[in-house]
Amino acid sequence: MKRWDAIIIGAGHNGLVNACYLQRAGLDVLVLEKNDWVGGAAVSRSLTPGFIYSNCSYVCSLFRPEIMRDLDLPRHGLQVIAYEGGAVLTRDGDALANYRDHDAHRREFARFSARDAEAYDRYSRDVTRQCRFIQPLLMRTAPDPTSLKPRDLGELLYLGKKFAGLGAAEMAQTARFWTMSISDYLDEYFETDVIKAYFALSGIIGTALGPMSPGTAYILLHHYMGEVDGSVGAWGYARGGMGAVTQALASSFQASGGTIRTDAEVDRVLVRAGKAEGVVLSGGEEVRAGMVVSNADVKRTFLTLVEERELPEPFLRRVRNFKIRGSSGKVNIALDSMPDFPALPKDSPCLRGDLHFTDSVERMERGYDDWKAGRWSADPFLDVVIPTTLDPTMTSPGKHFMSCFVQYCPPKVEGRDWTDADRDAFGETVISQIADYSPGFRERIVHMEVRTPRELEAEVGLTEGNIFQGELTFDQLLFNRPVPGYAQYRSPIGGLYMCGSSTHPGGGVMGAPGRNAAAEILRDLKRGTPHMSPAHDVI
Amino acid sequence: MSVTPQQSPRLAQQDHWRAMRRETPFHPRLSALDFRHDWYVWAGCKAPLSLWDEELEYFAIRSQAGLFDISPMIKYRIEGPDAEACCERVFVRNVARLRPGRVHYTAWCDDEGHVLDDGTLFRLAETRFRLCCQERHLPWLLDSAIGFDVTVVDETEAVAGLALQGPTACAILKDAGFAGIERLKPFDLAEFPHEGGAVTVSRTGFTGDLGYELFVEAADALSLWDRLWEAGARRGIRAIGYTALNRARIEAGFIVANADFIAAEHAIRADRVRMPDEIGLGWLVDEAKPHFNGRRAILDARRRGTLKHILVGLEIEGNVPAEHALVYHARKTEVGLVSAAIWSPMAKRNIAIATLSRPYGDTRNDDLWVEIYAMREGQYMKLMKRATVVPRPFVKLDRRTATPPADC
Repeated sequence: MKRWDAIIIGAGHNGLVNACYLQRAGLDVLVLEKNDWVGGAAVSRSLTPGFIYSNCSYVCSLFRPEIMRDLDLPRHGLQVIAYEGGAVLTRDGDALANYRDHDAHRREFARFSARDAEAYDRYSRDVTRQCRFIQPLLMRTAPDPTSLKPRDLGELLYLGKKFAGLGAAEMAQTARFWTMSISDYLDEYFETDVIKAYFALSGIIGTALGPMSPGTAYILLHHYMGEVDGSVGAWGYARGGMGAVTQALASSFQASGGTIRTDAEVDRVLVRAGKAEGVVLSGGEEVRAGMVVSNADVKRTFLTLVEERELPEPFLRRVRNFKIRGSSGKVNIALDSMPDFPALPKDSPCLRGDLHFTDSVERMERGYDDWKAGRWSADPFLDVVIPTTLDPTMTSPGKHFMSCFVQYCPPKVEGRDWTDADRDAFGETVISQIADYSPGFRERIVHMEVRTPRELEAEVGLTEGNIFQGELTFDQLLFNRPVPGYAQYRSPIGGLYMCGSSTHPGGGVMGAPGRNAAAEILRDLKRGTPHMSPAHDVI
Repeated sequence: MSVTPQQSPRLAQQDHWRAMRRETPFHPRLSALDFRHDWYVWAGCKAPLSLWDEELEYFAIRSQAGLFDISPMIKYRIEGPDAEACCERVFVRNVARLRPGRVHYTAWCDDEGHVLDDGTLFRLAETRFRLCCQERHLPWLLDSAIGFDVTVVDETEAVAGLALQGPTACAILKDAGFAGIERLKPFDLAEFPHEGGAVTVSRTGFTGDLGYELFVEAADALSLWDRLWEAGARRGIRAIGYTALNRARIEAGFIVANADFIAAEHAIRADRVRMPDEIGLGWLVDEAKPHFNGRRAILDARRRGTLKHILVGLEIEGNVPAEHALVYHARKTEVGLVSAAIWSPMAKRNIAIATLSRPYGDTRNDDLWVEIYAMREGQYMKLMKRATVVPRPFVKLDRRTATPPADC
C-alpha cells in the first residue's frame, strides 16, 4: 500500500496552497476532497444552464501576492479584474458612491457632509497606521508566549518592539482600536449616518457581532489589509469566478507532481500512539501518510475527524468553545438583464463594484438584534456584486450573475434546524430588499440559489456556515488562534497539522494560513524553504 | 425599509465624477493661453505646470508680472463675535496683534505640537477672517470652534483667487483702476470695487517679489482676469504655471506642506511629524499669547531640548541642483535630506531647502556635504559638493517692501 508523505484534507484554497508548497519542497502530497469538485469556498459552479456562480466567496481582495508569485498562479490561469469601489443606496433615492480617485471620493462624501469629506484623510491615516502594525504579522507564525524557544522569544520581542515603537499616544490608540466597536470608532471621525454605515460594513462582515459590539473595529483591518504594502489591484473579481483561484492552485499543484482525489470524504484521521498515520475515507478505505494536514475548521477537525480520547481535555474544551458562529448566508441570482437602480446613472462605474442598501449603523444593529433572537434579519445587510459587468466569461452577453452576501443569518432558526420553507422565506427577504431599490428586479430573475448556514455547512463543510472558520475577534487572533498553545499549525497529535482559516491569520481568500502552515511543517521536517519568497516589506 | 426618492441639491451633484478634476473659474482664460497641455492636480483642480515656456514664465515674475491662478488654494472663512478668540486658540502666532486690514503668515499644530499646516490668515474685518492653506482642515477648525460663537465655512470653490507677482504688478493694478493700490504696504489688504461687487487685494505672495493676491466671487472671476490682462498688456503680464512659481518660492525660501515637511494629519509614520521649530517656523510661536493648540508640547520640547530636526537653507557649490539629495557631515555621516533645490537664476547660486538632524544645521554647521546623483544620458554623475547653511530668503529684493513701489 502506497504511503504518502502528506495528506491534505480538503481542497479549499488554503489546503491547495499548503499542498503546493509541500509538493514543491519535494514531498509526495495527496489532497483529498469530499466534493467531486475542488475549491472549498472559492468555487465557480454552474447550477443553471448558461450561468456560472461564485457561489461562496465572491471577491478577491486579500490573496497574498507572494503566494501568487511562488505558485505561478497567473501562468496557471488566474486573472484578477480590478473594480471601482461601489455604492450604498440610500432610502431617499440617492447613493453614496465610493471612487478610487481621492478627489472624486472627497467630493462624493462632501455631498453628504463637508466635514466628513475632510475627516476621511485622518481616518485613513489612522487605519493605515493600525494596518501597518498588523500586516507584517500575517505572513509570520504567531509567537507562543508560553514557550521559551529562542524563535518564540525572538518573535515576541519583534511584536513587543513594534508595539513599543508606537509611542504613548498611539499605543493607547491601538489598545482602544483593538477593543472598540466599529460604531464607536467611526463616531470619532464622522457625523453622517450613511458614511458611517459604509465604513461599518467591513467591521461586521462574516462576524456574529453587531457594529455596536466591542472588538468590531479590529475586524475592519482585516478587510483593509490588502492595500497596505502597495499591492496593485487589491480589489477585484477573479475572471471566471472565484473558482479561478482554486483552479489555478490545483493546476499549479498538479504541474509540480501533486495528486488530487475528489469525491473522497475523510471519515477520520488514523491515530496510533499519539501520531497521525493517515486517514480512513467514508467508504472504509485507508490511506497512509507520514502526516495529515487538515484544511477543515478546527471544530470539524478535532470534534469529528479525531477520537476525543486522543486529545487533552483542556484542548478539547477550548476547541468546543471556539467561536465559529454562523452569521451569514448567500443568495446567488441569474438575471436575464442588467437590473436598473434609479439611484445611480446607468453608466455609473459603481454598478461594477459592490452595492449596499443599509444606510445607517442603527439598521445594521437592528439586523443583529434579529440574529440574537434566532431569526434572520428582517432588514438584512447585503453586499451585492455583479461580476458579469466586468467579466464576460460567466454568462452570455446581456445576462448577469449577481452575488448577494447576506447578514445576519443564524445557524439555527429560533433553536430548530432550518427547513426548506425557512430557506425560501430567507431568500424572499433578500429579493424584496433589492426590489425596493431596483424596480422590476423580480422579473429579471432566471434562477437563484439560496444558501443558509445549513447549506454552507453541508456542502462546503464550514461549521455553522461561518465564512472565516472562526470569528476574527481579538480573543481568537494571533497566538490565541485557534487555541492558545496551538497557534503554530501543530496539534496535540503528532503529525496532524492545521492549515485552514481557523488558524492565524484567519479567514478570507488570503492563503496565508496555508503558506504559514507549510513553513512550520517543513521546519519540523528540517527542510529548507527556498521556494517560499519572503513576505513583502512594509516600509 | 421603503425607498422614498426625494429631489435634493445633493442628488443634483451626483454626477461630479464625470469631471474628475475641477476647472477653476479662470479655466476658460488659462486654457486659451495654454499651448503645452502640461496640467497637474492641485487640491483636486486642473492647474497648469506651464502654459508656454517655464523659463519665460519665471522671468515674467522677476522682470515683469506673472499672473497665477490661486483658486485651488483651500480657503476657510472664520467669522463671528468670538472669531479672534477662536483663531487665537488655533494658531501659534498672536492673532490680537493682527489688525483688520492686515494679513500674516502663521501655522497651527495638533495637541502634540506637530504642525498641521502653514498658511496666511487674512483679517478682513474685526470679526471676520480668511485662512488660506494647502491642505484641508474643516474638521479640525470646526472642532476647535466648539464653545466659541463663530462659524467656519469652506469658501474654496466660492472664492476665486489670482496672484499678480513681479516688478510691474503695482503699475498694472493702478492702470487697471485700483486707485490707491500703491499705498498698500506688505501684508496690507484692502477692498476695491469691481463689477458692482468687490475684490479683496492684499500685498502678499509666494515669490519674495513685489506682488499682490486678489480674491473675488467666482462669478466675477473672468471679468477680473480681463481687467488685469488688458491693463497688463503694455507691462509684460504673462500667465504662469507652477513650475515658474516654484522656482520663485524656493528663492524666497518659502516651504510647502507635504513637500518640505509632512503635515501631521498625513503622517502615517509616527516619526515624520514636525514641530514649528523643526521646520523653521519657531519664530511664529508666541509663548506669551493666550493658550493655543500644541503650546504645552512645544514649550516642553524647547525646555527639554528634545527637538530632533531643523529646516535650513543651503548654498551648495557648483551649479547642479541637489533635489532630494542626502546631506552628509564630514562626507560620511548622513545627517539630512534636501526637500527642494534649484539653480537660482536671480542669486546665480545653487540653493536648497533641507531638513537636518540636530545638532547638524543648528550648532554644527561645519563640514556639510550633499551627494548629488545627476542623471546624464543614461548615467548617474555622482557629485559630492560642499554645502553651507545660509539664511533664507536666498534672494532679498527691496522692491518687495518699497512703498510706494517703483512706477507708481
